[in-house]
Amino acid sequence: MDTRSQIAAVRFGTGPRAPHSLPDDPVAWLDQQTRAAPAPLPPPDGRDAPASLEEGYSAWIAHDATPPPAGQASVPTQLFRAEQQAWVRHLLTSDVPFHDRLTNFWLNHFTVAERGGFGMTTGFPHFLRQAIRPHVTGRFVDMLLAASKAPAMLYYLDQVASVGPNSNFGKRSGRGLNENLAREILELHSVSPAAGYTQADVTEFARIMTGWGVERLRPPFDLVFRPGNHEPGPKTLLGKSYAEGPEAYEAALRDLAAHPATHRFLADRLVRHFVADAPPPAAVARIEGVLRDTQGDLGAASRALVRLPQAWGPPLTKLRAPLDYVVAMHRAAGATDPGPVLGALSALGQPLWNAPQPNGWPDTAAGWAAPEPMMQRLDIAYETAGRHARLDPRQVLETALGPLAREETRSALSRAGSARDAITLVFASPEMQRR
Amino acid sequence: MSQTHLPRIGRRGFLLGLTALAAAGPARLAVANVAAPGAQIMDRRLVVILLRGAMDGLHAVVPYADPDYAALRGALALGEPGAEGGVLDLGGTFGLHPKLTALHGMYARGELLPVHAVAGPYRTRSHFDGQDLMEGGGPQRLESGWLNRALTHIPESAGQPARTGLALGLDLPLLMRGDAPVGMWAPPRATRPEPDLYARMAELLHGDPVLGPSVMEGMRGRGYATGALAAGAPIPTNQGGFTRLANAAGRMLARADGPRVAALELGGWDTHAGQAQRIDPVLLQLDRGIAALRTQLGEAWSRTAVLAITEFGRTARANGNLGTDHGTGGAAFLAGGAVQGGRVLANWPGLKRDALFENRDLQPTRDLRALAKALLRDHLRLPASAVAAAFPGSEAVAAEIGLLRA
Repeated sequence: MDTRSQIAAVRFGTGPRAPHSLPDDPVAWLDQQTRAAPAPLPPPDGRDAPASLEEGYSAWIAHDATPPPAGQASVPTQLFRAEQQAWVRHLLTSDVPFHDRLTNFWLNHFTVAERGGFGMTTGFPHFLRQAIRPHVTGRFVDMLLAASKAPAMLYYLDQVASVGPNSNFGKRSGRGLNENLAREILELHSVSPAAGYTQADVTEFARIMTGWGVERLRPPFDLVFRPGNHEPGPKTLLGKSYAEGPEAYEAALRDLAAHPATHRFLADRLVRHFVADAPPPAAVARIEGVLRDTQGDLGAASRALVRLPQAWGPPLTKLRAPLDYVVAMHRAAGATDPGPVLGALSALGQPLWNAPQPNGWPDTAAGWAAPEPMMQRLDIAYETAGRHARLDPRQVLETALGPLAREETRSALSRAGSARDAITLVFASPEMQRR
Repeated sequence: MSQTHLPRIGRRGFLLGLTALAAAGPARLAVANVAAPGAQIMDRRLVVILLRGAMDGLHAVVPYADPDYAALRGALALGEPGAEGGVLDLGGTFGLHPKLTALHGMYARGELLPVHAVAGPYRTRSHFDGQDLMEGGGPQRLESGWLNRALTHIPESAGQPARTGLALGLDLPLLMRGDAPVGMWAPPRATRPEPDLYARMAELLHGDPVLGPSVMEGMRGRGYATGALAAGAPIPTNQGGFTRLANAAGRMLARADGPRVAALELGGWDTHAGQAQRIDPVLLQLDRGIAALRTQLGEAWSRTAVLAITEFGRTARANGNLGTDHGTGGAAFLAGGAVQGGRVLANWPGLKRDALFENRDLQPTRDLRALAKALLRDHLRLPASAVAAAFPGSEAVAAEIGLLRA
């Protein structure tokens, strides 16, 4: 077994899936996932198509008119659960695992979370399928535009409540700015604080985007621009003036996407995610250069990541976050049922698409390796092994770890008293917990 | 380590001892409820509760006698004491939300000190910035928490079975991250591996520089908690997650050989819409949780201080959705037998339009760090240098005087 093929599946993918087959040429295999548009994500089980914004908003309206009895999940929540199951089922069976990892990475970069309420959950199928996934190997500016205008994001970060104080509606109602989305686009999605923007920039950016909102009660059931909510007059963001009107938001986003600080920030995050908690400066500089030279081509940046020499040497240094860990265990077991995966993610403190805060999930070991969470991993490894105790533990080891398995782990497996115990040990091993 | 009937597996003996504790049934390996000989464990207890999401202080501790309160709050205003659904009186000016009955009882006994118009130094109303700064304790984001830095100044003795610090729940909050090792506890899952399998897993992991120390610390924490929680009446599991964590915390803190400093988290305070309905169950959880601490701590409650804090307050007026948005000044709670309670601590700025911060929020007149610094100095009795290291850059914020009984 070629170690590089195993590393490709572990470091850049979601872990090898049983029945076992790895690519002969790992770089070509990874490249290919960044060049061809992936097959569309299947709809949730039992549906012909994913839930549209209109369907979600209609369910929300119906819910408000007639709340379900206590203990029964609302229809908007049921639609969201179905979408979660569809994504996890895809992760378990996918043959484009590098693309999936990139999708998970960008979903975390542009965090929206279930705790944001129905505005987020009803908008999430659109967010995943139209705002994020089509762009993960495209141009960053297109993803930034799509995410920053996605109804799920506008709800999650309160843009729907922001009103230009001197707009017609603002003067009439006394309502004012909500700076949440403006601040997070600057801090978390684009230039980062390294760009040196000020509170005045945040406020100006919030003024620029006033008027953009969501119409959920009547057509178009989508993003809208309401001139009566738009703050009049020109605004200045990072030293550049933007004229009054709906075009300014997109113009500002395009400038943010092209800002050198954005390239630097994205390179740092990508290398931290795929290579090391402390990103090697040379590797960051390499990815930053690719982003600069290609005007933010994320496919090119992904292919450059694959070619970083730092990405290929065992030992694997990154700790798998619960999402990576749980999916890898279930792929190694050949599982297809998303239910246990979703349950395990909640138990391990990373409930799917429900990060506590807009800065998303931690991307370093320090965020995940506290004592009791590590113990919970051992318990989940044992539960997962129990569900797949019919499997041949040696086969599970070969699939999941192959040439990355340490002698200690092989030896522990051979001395285990039952298949369940043996599989538990494979899942608990340090090499399984790393990527 | 105790003898067990488990098979010998050579060099895993040490691990086995810990894992046996981690998974043992209550009777197999009881932990003695005494400190090890020679151990000098501090006798005072401190519990910090992080109220995540920004609790509306004007809804929890209601300034019902302020002449501008009713008009400002509109539909969110609560009635005066004695009215149906009215507040629980705190001496003529303020009242507790009617769900906070246990806290009101503590107030009557002089064990509750509500603090009002309080905030950290942070003013930009972002939850995660606000929480990171509240927990980190510094003027900018830090990698460790102020409570963990305080713990590094409390010596642990070799014979002490539990860590001095204890974090409850699945997440180790920034507040408790840092150089001082802390114990953790979360409710156990329905099934757990046998001790021998834990030992085999620990053996595979113990050489890993990240996973090894965490697993060893986790085994130690579970080992202690299993024995400690087995003693006494079963902890009720039907009152909500926070109450369960508070019961467990109180049970362990009460023990002579137990932890002394605990951290808990309670979310659900981000009430942008429908606040009157949404906040009730969360207030009830807080009330029951602090009551559970009191019950479980028993005699040790007299030497306990509980501090409940939130990242910032909320807008003074209701918004268009009968909720409130991110604000500034808010309320905090101090509770415990060690607290000089039975009064409200507030330099009340009033609710007039001009008195509000940026014409929208309760004006903060007191710094949260002054409360925390006072607890470190006067309750944990840490030296000034340790208090300063817990809250770097806070030289201008003097520790509050008189929070604690003499």
